[in-house]
Amino acid sequence: MTELHEHLFRREAGRLVATLTRILGVEHLALAEDVVQDAFCRALEVWPFRGVPDNPSAWLMATAKHRALDALRRERTARMLAPELARVLESDEQLFTEESLRDDQLRMMFSCCHPRLSEAAQVALMLHILCGFSVDEVAGAFVSTHAGVEKRITRAKNVLAQSQRLFEIADARDFATRLPAVHRALYLLFNEGYHGASPESAVRAELCREALRLTGLLLEHPVAATPATCALAALMCLDAARLPARLDAAGHLSVLAGQDRSRWDADLMAEGQRLLERSASGPELTEYHVEAAIAAVHASAPRLEETNWGQVVSLYDTLLAIRPSPVVALNRAIAVAQRDGAERGLAAIAAIADRERLAGYPFYHAALGDLELRRGKGETARGHFAAALALARNAMERHFLEQRMEACDAGKADLAWQPGPTCR
Amino acid sequence: MSEFIYLYRSTNEASRAAMGSPEQMQKSMQTWMVWMQQLADKGHIKNPGHPLERSGKLVKGKQRTITDGPYAESKDIIGGYTLVEARDLAEAVELSKGCPILEGGGVVEVRPVLQTGM
Repeated sequence: MTELHEHLFRREAGRLVATLTRILGVEHLALAEDVVQDAFCRALEVWPFRGVPDNPSAWLMATAKHRALDALRRERTARMLAPELARVLESDEQLFTEESLRDDQLRMMFSCCHPRLSEAAQVALMLHILCGFSVDEVAGAFVSTHAGVEKRITRAKNVLAQSQRLFEIADARDFATRLPAVHRALYLLFNEGYHGASPESAVRAELCREALRLTGLLLEHPVAATPATCALAALMCLDAARLPARLDAAGHLSVLAGQDRSRWDADLMAEGQRLLERSASGPELTEYHVEAAIAAVHASAPRLEETNWGQVVSLYDTLLAIRPSPVVALNRAIAVAQRDGAERGLAAIAAIADRERLAGYPFYHAALGDLELRRGKGETARGHFAAALALARNAMERHFLEQRMEACDAGKADLAWQPGPTCR
Repeated sequence: MSEFIYLYRSTNEASRAAMGSPEQMQKSMQTWMVWMQQLADKGHIKNPGHPLERSGKLVKGKQRTITDGPYAESKDIIGGYTLVEARDLAEAVELSKGCPILEGGGVVEVRPVLQTGM
């Protein structure tokens, strides 16, 4: 019996909806979603008795197509439209090649990044349509309420439907104009997984994986595989390589300094390095290039002490010039502390122009605590960790910070903190 | 060994709810496949049976009155059946307890096949 491929339905949901929406027209997005859901239900009814078909993707696509045809024949208002669409649906097997499925997903990805939508709405829409996340699952990913996410997604779908047509990926100029927004949305999706504010950790790696998969679709497309796309993919691979070590054996959050580097994923690391080299063509230096380069410096250090902190500091300087943000400045200050000592690090934090914007960010207080602890001010450090603890967003962060407070009591300063992906 | 029929019954709402998101469907599917496979591995499956459409026609009485499926207001609709082999009714019932349909509030009706010629 054919095995059920992991995440088959999630994968297929995105592919099928994207392709059917292209055929039926973007105004029929809801119909596309319905028939895909129907096809899945049918699979759930049939496969337990007959086994998983040899080609589950083709089975689901054929079933969804038939459902779409039935629906079009039933729908009075679409009767004028139906014969034409029916002809397309019935005739053309060529519509469903691997390449066309990929292009359909790209079309949908670019459509989701409509300029009338906020970045948060773009990411939510991508997760929902292309990654098959239910409203509840999207809400879980972004620590929002069901009602809030439903409203956001419904509104976003309306914007999409009103746009009359899907984004045309064949137009090179439009493509280049929209690509940065797509990069940004994918970056935010990845970051949410890597560093998000979820009260639980279960969905985290999933978001990183989906971001990597969608970025992989860009890499496969000749026009979309720009140096910036390669840099973004490099950044994701290099950071994702560290994911297995982000939780220690007991399931507790482990920051860069405390990580067992032998648990880093060597394949992803190598893939990231390869992509980073590929990204180094052309004149454009994006924030993704710089962040990937920072990740590569960490990746190439066999032990924390062997990190080239001077290089990290100067890369953060470059990043600050491209995308100024207090979180980036904080990360730079931490690297300064690693290079020049805690005093210099604290001075660098004090010099962050808009550092009041960091007040609600738990790891700002944790960084202060670490540096105070390192220069022997256990009491002051404890106060900072207490402030961080009050802002902690999940049990893993709380546990981590409680341990830091215990370290203050014991007068130990063996763990430095380093935050990973930045600028949000 | 005796033969039994499992009739899988659930309401439209229950079966729809069990579908949920693609990831939930994946889980439902996985449990179904595993359950069926385990029964098969232990030699209990005589015939995996068939899924049934949830709609149909009712032909009734001398008048041969034909109506749409009995299902308009009925609760449990038979969604499929499987022919199993077990030592006795008790074992057949025990084996049915792993059926994923029960998780969604559905019912497995276990019916001994009437033995003839014995």
